[in-house]
Amino acid sequence: MGTEATARLELKSITKRFPGVLANDQVSFSVQPGEIHALLGENGAGKSTLVKMIYGIMQPDGGEIRWNGERIVVAHPKAARKLGIGMVFQHFSLFEAMTVLENIALGMDAKIPARELEARIKEVMTQYGLKLEPHRIVSTLSVGERQRIEIVRALLLNPKLLIMDEPTSVLTPQEVEQLFVVLRQLASEGCSILYISHKLHEIKALCHTATILRGGKLVDTCNPSVETSRSMAEKMIGGNLKTIEKAEGRTVGREKLIVNRLNMPARSHFGVSLKDITFTVREGEIFGIAGVAGNGQNALLLALSGETLTDDPGAITVDGAQLGRLTAKQRRLAGVSSVPEERNGHAAVPEFTLADNSVLTARDRLGMVKGGLIDHKAARTYAGEVISTFAVKALGPGSTAGSLSGGNLQKYIMGREIMQNPAVLVVSQPTWGVDAGAAAAIHQALVDLAAAGSAIVVISQDLDELLSLCDTLAVINEGRLSPSMKVADADIEEIGLLMGGVHGDPAATANLHPEPVHAHQA
Amino acid sequence: MSTEFIIAAIVTIVGLTTPILLAALGELVVEKAGVLNLGVEGMMLMGAICGFGVTVSTFNPWLGILGAAAGGALSSMLFAVLVLELNSNQVATGLALTIFGTGLSSLIGLSYTGFIAPVFGSVFPASLANDAYLKVIFGYSPIVYFALIMVPVVAWFLKSTRSGMILRAVGENDLSAHSIGYSVKGVRYAAIAFGGAMAGIGGAYFSMVITPMWAEKMTAGRGWIALALVVFAGWRAGRLLVGAYFFGILMALELYAKASGFSFLPSQFWAAMPYLMTVIALSVISMRDRSGGNAPACLGKPFLPST
Repeated sequence: MGTEATARLELKSITKRFPGVLANDQVSFSVQPGEIHALLGENGAGKSTLVKMIYGIMQPDGGEIRWNGERIVVAHPKAARKLGIGMVFQHFSLFEAMTVLENIALGMDAKIPARELEARIKEVMTQYGLKLEPHRIVSTLSVGERQRIEIVRALLLNPKLLIMDEPTSVLTPQEVEQLFVVLRQLASEGCSILYISHKLHEIKALCHTATILRGGKLVDTCNPSVETSRSMAEKMIGGNLKTIEKAEGRTVGREKLIVNRLNMPARSHFGVSLKDITFTVREGEIFGIAGVAGNGQNALLLALSGETLTDDPGAITVDGAQLGRLTAKQRRLAGVSSVPEERNGHAAVPEFTLADNSVLTARDRLGMVKGGLIDHKAARTYAGEVISTFAVKALGPGSTAGSLSGGNLQKYIMGREIMQNPAVLVVSQPTWGVDAGAAAAIHQALVDLAAAGSAIVVISQDLDELLSLCDTLAVINEGRLSPSMKVADADIEEIGLLMGGVHGDPAATANLHPEPVHAHQA
Repeated sequence: MSTEFIIAAIVTIVGLTTPILLAALGELVVEKAGVLNLGVEGMMLMGAICGFGVTVSTFNPWLGILGAAAGGALSSMLFAVLVLELNSNQVATGLALTIFGTGLSSLIGLSYTGFIAPVFGSVFPASLANDAYLKVIFGYSPIVYFALIMVPVVAWFLKSTRSGMILRAVGENDLSAHSIGYSVKGVRYAAIAFGGAMAGIGGAYFSMVITPMWAEKMTAGRGWIALALVVFAGWRAGRLLVGAYFFGILMALELYAKASGFSFLPSQFWAAMPYLMTVIALSVISMRDRSGGNAPACLGKPFLPST
């Protein structure tokens, strides 16, 4: 990279305090022109706060920001864009009911006539191979297309520095590759890129330099091509990365959960219908369902949990008992527990205490309601047990669910279900937005529950998670589930193609039907 | 049915429609910015008394209109400060504004009881305004023409101007608008003030045109119809015009039933019709479109940026 003297962006001892937390503590690093610089860290490490200060959304309490060698104050995002700093947010800042063109126009500070803007958008799209229809309403677009709006919006400003906040968490492996092509092209043209992620293999594949944050402090600035994923992960969490411990020579038992030709019409015209979903999960088996978001995962979870009922009672059976027409409450009594993707508002009520949240799913199995009255003592005791067993960072059973961080609430919700010893557990995105430490704890709890003989279904977009956790795997695409395959002999290329909806040679996948699995994983 | 009857009916309907059309246009802009102000009735009453007070003090109805707009806008600022600065609940604060506006307008009105203001009627030459036929076009108060002009103006502002686009963006996703760098509070203050001014002018139509004197609670619940009208129109200015006239016709039927003894149903039934239709229209719309259709996504939610 270029000389230190002409860094495009240089941070010197940046400090930011929030009530009770030091979000950034004397953070210093620099980004050179044309450099792709990774900002790496767990949730809560201070990455987002740091880039918000660079982009002018927040002001630092101490330290200085230098831009091309000159000390600057970025008072607001408009000032950042004027300097040539663009940002693509993790949660897209898009206006759903408005068109692509209006969304882009809103992000532009200069008043450009609509027709001229459209011409410039088309220019940028052809230059970087980004496809978009300017007059479509955003709510009708896929996640990948929405991200393209954000990228085009940023590129129209001819940025000198582009900040990307966890851009790949919603993309297929193929879409990620396309994004990397765009980013490399930008970097070769001299644009610096600040790339926030916790996906280490992406950082190794893409970035020239990585700055690692932990607890608001800069831990290390290193070269990702010489580091290993493991060494960077350990710097990120500040300790040894725990490997999931699976019992040696574990065997799976008889068939527990059988889903046979499950069909479900779409709930709305934006929804996905389920078509002939068929799979079997055995006692002690962890069954993974991979796929890009929006391909029927939510519909499948709702069908399994009992929030939507199937027409055919025999479409879902557990130990031979037909569950298809049973409600969520009846299924819980029959031993089927589920954890939906959305923590606040679906799995838990944010305004309720942890104890009250435990009543919501454990009341029948653990007898927390007597004569129509809630047994608050039993609820508090159970919530306390979950908190201590799963090392949930909370003041106690009286804390509200909404006051917990995402990772801690997820640990609590997983614990609440696991400690009811369900015969079948269905979880969606168990570690989405959860830091590595909490993720490891959740994975270990799932493995232990399986070892105790439960059948587990894990629906996740994170392929790495499924490959390390599951015994068997299938891919969902547009409401259809691929044949099951043993993780031990799964082919990543093939899974990636299935996720993108390209179905491989039927002969090649035909021999991947479920069989008793003997998993021996490192 | 004679021509005279039709002309009289049209003149009546236009008169009944104008106040709710004005108030609803204002509320449309407020709601498009993501704020639900249930204080329309209170702001209309404040506009009614301020407009009347200024008119009898200055003998200038044009100043009276400005006074009405200022009265409505100032009372809406009370709501704006509570909702935008203190993040109070919008529904409760709006209801409080209605109660407050009702009370304060009565208090101010005590010193104006018994006064009669000149009617703020047509400004066209009497030969046009009083002509048996031409009065259907020229026989109205300037407030009527203002209301009609404001329909395309509001529609054009929201759809085609950059400011209108920013206002919609603020109502659609306040956090995103903030992160791009737009002033969510600034936009909302302006929208609430506009809504207050429009409601104030709508209220003044009662005290300056319909009955040129002050009476307590003289807007008689029309503010609530204006609120329902915004939902009924699916947050579109053009449909607001259609909806307002639909309600105007229903209200005219009540007057007709009373006056003509057209009485196979009691006149109370006709009086209840606009309110009944409001309930039915809202139910039908919500059944047809569960997602709320065109409703601004941030409607009624407090704006809480993380900084």
